[in-house]
Amino acid sequence: MSHRLRRLQKNGSLLALPTVAWLVIFFVLPLLIVLVVSFMSRGRGGVGQMPFTPEHYERTFGVFFIILQRSIGLAALTTIVCLLVGYPLAFFIATRRRRLVQQISLFLVILPFWTNFLIRTYAWRILLGEEGTINGILTGLGLVSEPLSLLNTQFAVLVGLVYGFLPFMALPIFASVERFNFRYVDAAHDLGANDVRTFLRVVLPLTLPGVLAGCALVFIPSVGAFVTPDLLGGTKGLMIGNLINKQFGGSGNMPLGSALSIVMMALVMISLLVYVFANRRDARA
Amino acid sequence: MKKLSLLICFICLMAPVAFAQDMERDPWTCPEGYEGQTLSIFNWSTYIAEDTVPNFEEACGVSVNYDIYESNEQMLARIRQGNPGYDIIVPSGGTVQRMAEEMLLIPLDMAMIPNVANVIPDLLGAAYDPDNTYSLPYQWGTVGVGYSTEVFPDGIISWEQVWEHDGPVAWLDDRQTMLGIAHLFLGNDPNSADPDEISAARDYLIEKGGNVVTVAADDGQVLLERGDVDIAVEYNGDILQISWDCECDDYAYAIPEEGSNVWIDNLSIPVDAPNPELAMVFIDYILDAKVGADLTNYIWYASPNQASIESGYIDEEILNDPAIFPPPEQVANLFSVIDVGPEAEELINNAWDELLIFLGQ
Repeated sequence: MSHRLRRLQKNGSLLALPTVAWLVIFFVLPLLIVLVVSFMSRGRGGVGQMPFTPEHYERTFGVFFIILQRSIGLAALTTIVCLLVGYPLAFFIATRRRRLVQQISLFLVILPFWTNFLIRTYAWRILLGEEGTINGILTGLGLVSEPLSLLNTQFAVLVGLVYGFLPFMALPIFASVERFNFRYVDAAHDLGANDVRTFLRVVLPLTLPGVLAGCALVFIPSVGAFVTPDLLGGTKGLMIGNLINKQFGGSGNMPLGSALSIVMMALVMISLLVYVFANRRDARA
Repeated sequence: MKKLSLLICFICLMAPVAFAQDMERDPWTCPEGYEGQTLSIFNWSTYIAEDTVPNFEEACGVSVNYDIYESNEQMLARIRQGNPGYDIIVPSGGTVQRMAEEMLLIPLDMAMIPNVANVIPDLLGAAYDPDNTYSLPYQWGTVGVGYSTEVFPDGIISWEQVWEHDGPVAWLDDRQTMLGIAHLFLGNDPNSADPDEISAARDYLIEKGGNVVTVAADDGQVLLERGDVDIAVEYNGDILQISWDCECDDYAYAIPEEGSNVWIDNLSIPVDAPNPELAMVFIDYILDAKVGADLTNYIWYASPNQASIESGYIDEEILNDPAIFPPPEQVANLFSVIDVGPEAEELINNAWDELLIFLGQ
């Protein structure tokens, strides 16, 4: 048995070959192509052509920068709101005594996924519209005299993103909280820590892996979101994903779109590195 | 005797009319030999009558795949990557020109399309395809403003009213049309390729676009219908369709007097089409007087079909609506969009990206 295991360990790298081949063909090579195209000039129909030029990066950090900033800001805000809503939610579900209640709660978190994301986002258009459901209720109750402009704002995009990504925050935190041993809380209390101190020094550090995973899972797709801002944001909620999407239509600018994608990927990479770094520090502590 | 001769005269006078009507009422017949074949159509969304395709399937004994797209760019991108199996596409004028230059279209065989004789002669031989080698008109129309008649009881006659409106407005995500309108105000060629003029048009639109809440791909009429905007710059047919759906006078369409875009959408066959012969049979079918009229009666765009118009198959209401068939003095102010070439295309793209960025600031 141990002989076999040793042999497997020696030749085990072969087991990774299919995965490595897959990653090289479908991830590394396309990424390199995008990188090369991002330095090409725009040819007829928006495709890349020679000579090489840095102009698309200049534009990315020029006129497009304000939209990049807005995308990061909205994604960060989405992550924070998801965390503020998702953490208590995950705690609530994980601490239910009756297994049935817990299972139903989890089921309810996952339930929206049964409906297509596009349809759910369209539904927000109807809810947030000038003559929509929310404005109807507000004016009906006499809370506002004029309908509020909710749709086609950054607020609408935030609502749509939080709504869409909340489960990605709640589920990893739930997994962390479920593994949390509540006798630590008793121990902390016995040692004289109050509730706040117990939470900050014991509960939060031990559930941090779930929090960090949730933040990464919400932040990364939020930065590049384009369906939500397209349907809910109008001119004021335009995000970088919308502008990248436009560059790949028939008369767009693929090199520019590639440059925008590379910069966005770099941003995501930085946030992943932060995640890994924080996790490692956390593991050491 | 006198009565009889009168009667005979009457019959003689009426006979050609009756005969002609009988001729026109002959339903379109499919040439033999296509039974069991398949045709794949790639058309704009909401751009065909409910029974157009089923009737064709029945007449020819074929089955039809029907896919939709929302913009010329979207369709072009699909065909450029290699035709995924479409036999019929419906590109607008400038796009026909571009696709022909990129050799993405198959020449039409007019011998297979005898109904080409039905097309309004003025709509043939347009600048984007002078000999109709690759395209025949499907429908045509204008870009203008759809507006709420409650907000504008006296109507809209000028773009200035759109720029100055104190309320939400949706523009059309059609860069050449919107920049072309700005060019008209600045006294330039609507298809200008001059960098300074394009920048000036962009700045003009950014300055006038403070009330724009969204630049809509092709759903401005939905926003108008739902009350999210008071004005939607849109294709005429889309606005007329919501008026028709609600059977009310809440919405109206106008072409502002300064001018706007006139467009012709065309039937073409993309390169590598699996069944180009059946595609030409389909084009002939669409250009039939009755089929074309039924199409227009359903989607409310202007028909390019002289025979449909003259035969009386098209509803009077549509025929006499200036929003569908604009009066000649308005037609004089309309511009059509052409392919401006790669350099100007890049300038226009950049200007449009910048406009989208700065409209939201």
